[in-house]
Amino acid sequence: MNRRVSSVLIATALLLASAACGDSGSGDDEVSVSLITKNSTNPFFVTMQQGAKESAKAEGVKLTIAAGKEDGDEQTQVQAIEDAIARGDKGILITTNGPGVNPAIKKAREAGLYVIALDTPPDPPDTVDITFATDNFRAGELIGKWTAAQLAGKPATIAMLDLFNDKIVSVDYNRDQGFLTGMGIPTGDKMKNGDEAKSGKYSGGTYQIVCNEPTTGAEDGGRTAMERCLAKNPAINVVYTINEPAAVGAHKALEAAGVKNPLVVSIDGGCDGVQQVKDGVIGATSQQYPIKMAQLGVKAIKQLATGGKKPSVTSGKDFFDTGVALVTDKAATGVESIDTTKGTELCWGKS
Amino acid sequence: MTATIQTAAEQFALRRRSPLQRVQHLLHGYPAISPLLVLIIAFAVFSALNPRFAQPASLSLLLQQVAVIGALAVGQTLIILTAGIDLSVGAVTILAMMVGAKLAENNGIPGVLAVLVAIGLGVVAGLVNGTLVTRIALPPFIVTLGTLSVFTAIGLLYTSGQSVQADKLPGLLNWTGETFGAGRWRISWGVVIVLLLYVGVGFALANTAWGRHVYAVGDDKEAAHLAGIRVNRVLISVYVVAGAIYGLTAWILIGRAGAASPNAIVDANLESITAVVIGGTSLFGGRGALLGTLLGALIVGAFRSGLSLAGVDDQWRVLAVGLLVITAVAIDQWIRRVKA
Repeated sequence: MNRRVSSVLIATALLLASAACGDSGSGDDEVSVSLITKNSTNPFFVTMQQGAKESAKAEGVKLTIAAGKEDGDEQTQVQAIEDAIARGDKGILITTNGPGVNPAIKKAREAGLYVIALDTPPDPPDTVDITFATDNFRAGELIGKWTAAQLAGKPATIAMLDLFNDKIVSVDYNRDQGFLTGMGIPTGDKMKNGDEAKSGKYSGGTYQIVCNEPTTGAEDGGRTAMERCLAKNPAINVVYTINEPAAVGAHKALEAAGVKNPLVVSIDGGCDGVQQVKDGVIGATSQQYPIKMAQLGVKAIKQLATGGKKPSVTSGKDFFDTGVALVTDKAATGVESIDTTKGTELCWGKS
Repeated sequence: MTATIQTAAEQFALRRRSPLQRVQHLLHGYPAISPLLVLIIAFAVFSALNPRFAQPASLSLLLQQVAVIGALAVGQTLIILTAGIDLSVGAVTILAMMVGAKLAENNGIPGVLAVLVAIGLGVVAGLVNGTLVTRIALPPFIVTLGTLSVFTAIGLLYTSGQSVQADKLPGLLNWTGETFGAGRWRISWGVVIVLLLYVGVGFALANTAWGRHVYAVGDDKEAAHLAGIRVNRVLISVYVVAGAIYGLTAWILIGRAGAASPNAIVDANLESITAVVIGGTSLFGGRGALLGTLLGALIVGAFRSGLSLAGVDDQWRVLAVGLLVITAVAIDQWIRRVKA
């Protein structure tokens, strides 16, 4: 009995395995490109993959997609880079999971592949040929400036809902410190969250920072983090959130605590997030453009492979800035923004 | 546990117990005593550090914050009582939640049906785990390590990582997050469901033949088999009940998070095991109590909010919880030396 069951299982497993092996032929005259994302679960990267697929079809480029198993999974990315070299790809687009990937990138460039980092500049940035990314510091700065303008001189009691408190990630400190800089609050170390003076003056008046809490960028984490902040000080009127899912959770906690009209700001500009701005759950969000990153990346490598010139960085930055726009229905003077109608047109994620 | 033949001298020694041995026996009979003491001390210390900690408003939140892990830990307790372990807790919960939520969003199925779909998927997942553990005789650790990956992958393939926002879901799915109460006490319906879950499963464990069989199988499979208990049936039923509980928890999670998100409860498997272990249930099976698990979940939650209110770095909580786990297992080993 047992043996029969196990043999059926093994047969099924073999069948599945053989079905999973797709075709792996490649045309020699085609330009081939690899896209390697941090993971294939975050809608941001899923969108990036879709953008790259569409762009590859339009450009007649052969695209191979790979991803880490989760954020921080360097090993799978290294293998994907080695595969790309072996396959004879012309270039690699990668959102790196960490410095452990650097030696493999170096190997790829030595083998003549052009390597573009998307979304996250590697550390150090010159590991790759060029980076196409959102300026996360600027994204934070925009919502910070908007918040200061909305407060119009009122005291700010601020909750900072970050990504982690046990890992240091550039997207985390760039957004956080950018927001505070936009508010006109002096930050200490630009690569460190939570080291600024807990109270003092922002551009419009006095401020107090109640907390820096980790959310893991998800709804349930956002809610618990907000509850902890409110336990420390129920008078919070400004909430910075690392991304929109965290903002949704924070909103649930604020609502439950009966906080009146808090200013909740966020970053991402996914379609759900823009809808939340429309619904008044979020006051303003900085929108980024993952599809554009992927498209520009595919185009750049195609151009190079067919004898064109290399892309160049945005002046004054060490990467090519794919742009960011503030999405809000309450425009503030002196801060350029688009409304939610425009934001919906440009949003990524679900249509 | 093996029966030992005692000499007359040994029996005589047992009758004259030292105070320490008395404690040992007391803990053997009531495993929930040590977590209860820890919780009382934690409460006293955290209230002293910040009086806000013990106020109704923050205690209400404490209950809401531990509800999800507390519910998952009920299923985890059942499995650990049978000397198993379930690493697929979070994966099953997310899969059940996402399928129920997506069907409600895209196909407009009513809330009741979405909840039943989630529970049904939990049952199916439990059947898969239970069947692999019994019929193919694989260790639960390996089975659930495998199904953790399988269920996670299915969930993410199904959703592409997209969450479903609360306003696209039937009201019933968000109802678990709604609160009622008097004055500063705010209890969510999710918390009520979790407390009922503890009462129901606790009653079944203590007062039914099934409950006794669960303990017997966990204590000694061979002896249980010889005593006429259908061991495999009991084991499968435990995985199925646990799966159903995970499906139910999906509903509680939606109400709390304000969305059905595949990126929620990242550490559910470890957090639920932590609650069970701190609660005094033995990882070797056959000994423990559901009440202890509830206390264990509350201890972890109390450390989280208590240290946060005291302005202490969160890493001290991580450290403290780690020490609690090691201490709990050490106490368990010490108690097991009691000759019952």
